[in-house]
Amino acid sequence: MFASTLVMAFREIRRNMMRSVLTTLGIVIGVGAVIMLVTLGQGATDRVTADVAKMGVNMLTVVPGAERRGGASVGASSLTLDDARAILAQIPSVATVAPSSGRGMLVVYANQNWSSTLTGATNDYFTVRDLKIGTGRIFNEVESQGGTPACILGPTVQRQLFGQQDPIDATVRVGKIACRVIGTTQPKGQNTFGMDQDDFVLIPLATFQRRILGSHDVGAISLSATSDAAIPKVKEQLGLLMRERRKLPYGAPDDFSVRDMKEISETLSSVTGALTALLGAVAAVSLVVGGIGIMNIMLVSVTERTREIGIRLAIGARAHEVLLQFLVEAVMLSLFGGVIGMVLGLGGSYAAGRALKFPFRVMPEIVVIAFAFSFVVGVAFGFFPARRAARMNPIDALRHE
Amino acid sequence: MSGPDDRGAPLIVMRDVFKIYGSGESEVRALDGVDLTIANGDFVAVMGPSGSGKSTCMNLLGCLDRPTSGSYYFRGVDLANTTLDQLALIRRHYLGFVFQGFNLLARTTALENVELPLVYRGLPTAERRTLAAKALADVGLQGRELHTPAELSGGQQQRVAIARAMVTAPSLLLADEPTGNLDSARKLEIMHLLRALNRDRGITIIVVTHESDVAQFASRTVTFRDGRIEKDERGAAA
Ligand SMILES: Nc1ncnc2c1ncn2[C@@H]1O[C@H](COP(=O)(O)OP(=O)(O)OP(=O)(O)O)[C@@H](O)[C@H]1O
Ligand SMILES: [Mg+2]
Repeated sequence: MFASTLVMAFREIRRNMMRSVLTTLGIVIGVGAVIMLVTLGQGATDRVTADVAKMGVNMLTVVPGAERRGGASVGASSLTLDDARAILAQIPSVATVAPSSGRGMLVVYANQNWSSTLTGATNDYFTVRDLKIGTGRIFNEVESQGGTPACILGPTVQRQLFGQQDPIDATVRVGKIACRVIGTTQPKGQNTFGMDQDDFVLIPLATFQRRILGSHDVGAISLSATSDAAIPKVKEQLGLLMRERRKLPYGAPDDFSVRDMKEISETLSSVTGALTALLGAVAAVSLVVGGIGIMNIMLVSVTERTREIGIRLAIGARAHEVLLQFLVEAVMLSLFGGVIGMVLGLGGSYAAGRALKFPFRVMPEIVVIAFAFSFVVGVAFGFFPARRAARMNPIDALRHE
Repeated sequence: MSGPDDRGAPLIVMRDVFKIYGSGESEVRALDGVDLTIANGDFVAVMGPSGSGKSTCMNLLGCLDRPTSGSYYFRGVDLANTTLDQLALIRRHYLGFVFQGFNLLARTTALENVELPLVYRGLPTAERRTLAAKALADVGLQGRELHTPAELSGGQQQRVAIARAMVTAPSLLLADEPTGNLDSARKLEIMHLLRALNRDRGITIIVVTHESDVAQFASRTVTFRDGRIEKDERGAAA
């Protein structure tokens, strides 16, 4: 009996090609859209999270000047190396402190030149910024003290000046300084804001201070906390320490500011979270629209199907036999549509994710939900009108219009 | 009230059957107290003006509908307390029905339409095919097996419906104006076929018709008027 029911259901599907295709299409669209939108949204979130992590972990940065739109205020006294030492010595939970200073400069090698940022930094800068050496080495003792000028190139600068050539031991000119290239860093790519994180030249802070600044000023102090959880505490103590060192009277506003990577990352996460929620909502709408599509097709065909059921009943079919056939039919269509939708949704989001450089991460629960929803809608609307018809007197089903 | 009975035990007994549609002002008494006994192996013609309750009575006899009141015994069994499923099984095993409006499955070939009652009887495919093809040949439709109802004329559709009703060799064949759309040659052919089924296989047949030359084939003629049986005569069977 079951085999012949299968055959019969399959025949009905083929016989009513248009209706079958439309039903399947509704399910394909519902499942496909949801999977694609949510997977892409998740990819975007993952990408942002990864980007934020690349900017440095557990990092805080102190810069002179109150937090203001349009950059640091003029007039605020700058930071010093003593500030950096004090922070490391006096605040618990501070792992590493990296004072640095930067300035936009033209970098020249042979007949190539490139406008980049020259950053004076210590080796701790690598730790705090999560920066890794690609080729060569970091600064040695002599160089760090401000001896022979040495520099480390970011991948962008390396590419612009040297192309495929090996830059190690070459001499580049930055402003008035001629310095030997001792290393390059591993690429980080663009950050979430589209800024190139590989476009810089590092020289020892001492060299920068003596040859570029002509003072002992420090432009910024970055520091990393021992853990994520310690950040708020460190931030608070940092504020107090800086106020004390800068001798700010009680009630005076800060003349420095502390930037918190975690804050930025949280903001970004909430933005992408909102994005994912939005995509999810769009997806839910498309699921509902797909569902309504399925529903319509099923309901429109109810009259014809009711007559069909009447005929089958009149000829000697029992209600449950007719229902089984309709159920099998609905299950087959819904399964078929669900699988196609799943393949298209995953394939589509994979392709789109590659184009947009988003990581591809499937959320199995979403796949399951989308699939289950469409399946239930497809089966329910194939089944329930049929059940109503199958419970009528055959003559009423036959007369149905 | 019951007609003469000389070919066996009663197959059908209807007692005081009413079928009332609507209520109050719009009440229609489609059947208004019908008593009818039909013997096993009989060939009955049902006549009467349009709207007199012929189809309503046939639907009750065919277990497609239930009376408003009154009792119906089929093969001695009271059908008053049967479930829909039990009625379905009676239709499956004992009944064949030719509808006034054919009621063929759309977009389904003549052969598959005729096969359908055999599917529910659980016959294997090959046997179904053979029997269905033979039934179609019996009604003169060989060569039309793979046509769908939309590709057949009214008379051809009617003959598919007849083939579907008789393919199972039912105990009782109910035909509601089975020759309504046929030319007189075809009509005679079908009636000869029905008479052969009646005589050779002992199938009890009830045919609704407006035409006396069709009624001629029956051995008994029951005439309805306003939901009642007005006349019940043993015709001279040909
Ligand atoms: N479903 C229904 N609802 C309401 N009234 C109905 C219904 N079916 C039949 N009737 C009424 O019952 C009466 C008998 O109808 P029936 O179909 O039995 O007539 P008939 O004798 O078969 O006529 P015809 O020769 O035209 O086929 C008619 O007056 C009809 O209007
Ligand atoms: Mg009628």
